[in-house]
Amino acid sequence: MTQGDIMKKELVFITVIGKDKKGIVARISMTLFKRNINIEDITQKIIEDHFIMAMLVDIKQANCSVETIVKDLEKIGKQMGLIIQVQHENIFKMMHRI
Amino acid sequence: MPFSIEEIYETARMILFEKLDIRTTTLGVNIKDCIHSNFSRFQKNVHKKIVRYGKSLVKNAREIEIKYGIPIVNKRISITPISLVMETHATSKKYLDMAKIIDLAAKESEIDYIGGFGALVHKGMTEAEKILIDCMPDVIASTERVCCFLNAGTTSSGMNMDVVKIVGEMLNKTARKTHNGIGCARFVIFVNAPEDNPFMAGAFHGPGESEASLNIGISGPGAVRSVVEKNRECDMTELSEIIKRTVFKITRAGELVGRELAKKIGVSFGIVDISLAPTPSPGDSVAEIIEAFGIEKIGAPGSTLAIALLMDAVKKGGAMASGNVGGLSGTFIPVSEDAGMAEAVASKALNIEKLEAFTAVCSVGLDMIAIPGDTPPDTISAIIADELAIGIINNKTTAARIIPVPGKKAGEKVNFGGLLGKMPVMPVNKFSSSKFIKRGGRLPSPVTSLRN
Repeated sequence: MTQGDIMKKELVFITVIGKDKKGIVARISMTLFKRNINIEDITQKIIEDHFIMAMLVDIKQANCSVETIVKDLEKIGKQMGLIIQVQHENIFKMMHRI
Repeated sequence: MPFSIEEIYETARMILFEKLDIRTTTLGVNIKDCIHSNFSRFQKNVHKKIVRYGKSLVKNAREIEIKYGIPIVNKRISITPISLVMETHATSKKYLDMAKIIDLAAKESEIDYIGGFGALVHKGMTEAEKILIDCMPDVIASTERVCCFLNAGTTSSGMNMDVVKIVGEMLNKTARKTHNGIGCARFVIFVNAPEDNPFMAGAFHGPGESEASLNIGISGPGAVRSVVEKNRECDMTELSEIIKRTVFKITRAGELVGRELAKKIGVSFGIVDISLAPTPSPGDSVAEIIEAFGIEKIGAPGSTLAIALLMDAVKKGGAMASGNVGGLSGTFIPVSEDAGMAEAVASKALNIEKLEAFTAVCSVGLDMIAIPGDTPPDTISAIIADELAIGIINNKTTAARIIPVPGKKAGEKVNFGGLLGKMPVMPVNKFSSSKFIKRGGRLPSPVTSLRN
C-alpha cells in the first residue's frame, strides 16, 4: 500500500429525510464520533415538502463496518421518526456525473 | 459538497419512494465440467458448484446492498442448458433426480430461482431433448426453484413447430400438476433466446458464455412513472428525452452494482439488462407509466405507440449509460405481476390480441397470462406460435409465459400469490387452429435472414 492509498478518503453520504427537529445533527454526530468517522460537510434544504439533510462523511478510519453504521443510524431514524439512508459516494458519481 | 442536495435527494427518493432496485443479480455458471459417467458423481459435482457460487453471490450481494443502500431483490443462478450436459444420462428418472439436486443446491445457498433446465431446440430435437420436454411437468411439480426454458426458433433457422406443438400439451400437464397452474410460471418458450438474460424464468448460461459471469437486471418503473407524472404537458419528443435521462441514471446504478459484485465474486461482468420490470406492489407498474402518458387504461388505442415510445427512450438512455447492455433489454409487461396490467384486463381494456400487438414493440408480450383451463392444447400452441412468429420475422427475441388455470373460466379471478400477483382469467378466441398446428415441421427461416 502506498502513502497515497493510506491517505485516500472513503466518502459516504448520509441522507436524512423527514421533519426538522432539534438534535438531529447532535445525535448523528455523536454516533459518528464514537465510530471514529469524520464529518466532511453538511447541507440541508426543504425539497418537495421534505426536510432533507445530506452529510458527507469519511469512513476510512471507522472502527466498525458499514453495516454497523447503517444499523446505528437506522436506530436513530426510528427513534426520531426520520428516514436515514447511507450510501457510498460512488453511486452518486455513477448516476450524476458522466 | 461534490453533489448538490437535489442530486443526493433524487437518488435517495428513487430508492426509498419510487421502488428503484436491482431486480436481479443472476450468476451464470458453466456446468459442463461437472459431467461424469457415474451419475451420482455428476450430481455431486453440480450440487457442489452451484452451492459454492450461490453462497458467494448471496453473501457479496448483501454487502453491496448495504454499501450503496440499494435493495438487491433477487439472487439467482443460471446454468448451462441441462440438455447439453445430460445427453448420456437422458432418462426421465435421471432428469428428475438432477432437477431435485439442483433445487436442493439452490435452497441451501438461498438462491431464489435457478434457470437453465431446458434446451436449445430451434432447428430440431435429439432423443434426449424429447425426453426432457416430456418430463418437464414432473420437474416443475417436484421442485420449487428450478426454471425451465426452450428456444424454439431463431431468425436464421426458422421455428421448430414440432416443439411448439408439444408445448401446448406440456403446459396443460404442468398446470394440472400444480396449484392454479402456477408451475407454468416457471416455463418460458423463446425464439432468438439471449444467452445472458438475467431474468427468470428464461435465464440460462449459454454455450457461448465463459466459466461464470454476472448479469444484472434493474427495475425502475416507479422512477420512470414519477418523472412522466411531473411532465404531463410536454410533447412526445420532450417526453422521450425525460425518460432517457432517468433511465440513464438507473442503468448507471446497475452498472456500478454489477461491476463491483462481479469483482467481489471473482467472475467476469456480463451484461446489464435494461428492461423495466414491474411487481404487483402499487407504483411499481409499467401500465401506470403508459397511463401517465395520457392513456386512460393500457390496451386503449394508442397503447402500442406509447410502449414503442417508452421502449425506444429506455434503450437510448440505457445504451448511453452502459457499454454492456444485453439480455432481453425490452420492457416486461407480465399481466399478473403488474397490478396496472391486471386492472386493465379486469376493466376489459386489454386482451390477448392487444398484448400480442405489444410484442412488436417490446419483447415478451404474452407474459404471465392466465387463460381458461379448458383451452385446447393446440390453441395454446397456436397462441405461442403467433407470439414467436413476430420474433422470427422481425429478428428479435420474443417469448411466452402462459398459464392455463385448471377449472377456471374467462373472467374468474386467480391469485398466484406473492410477487407472481393476481389477475382475471383472459378469454381466448374459440375458433380452432388445430389442423394447422398439427402439420408440425419447421417454419422456414425468413428471407431477411439471408444476409451474407
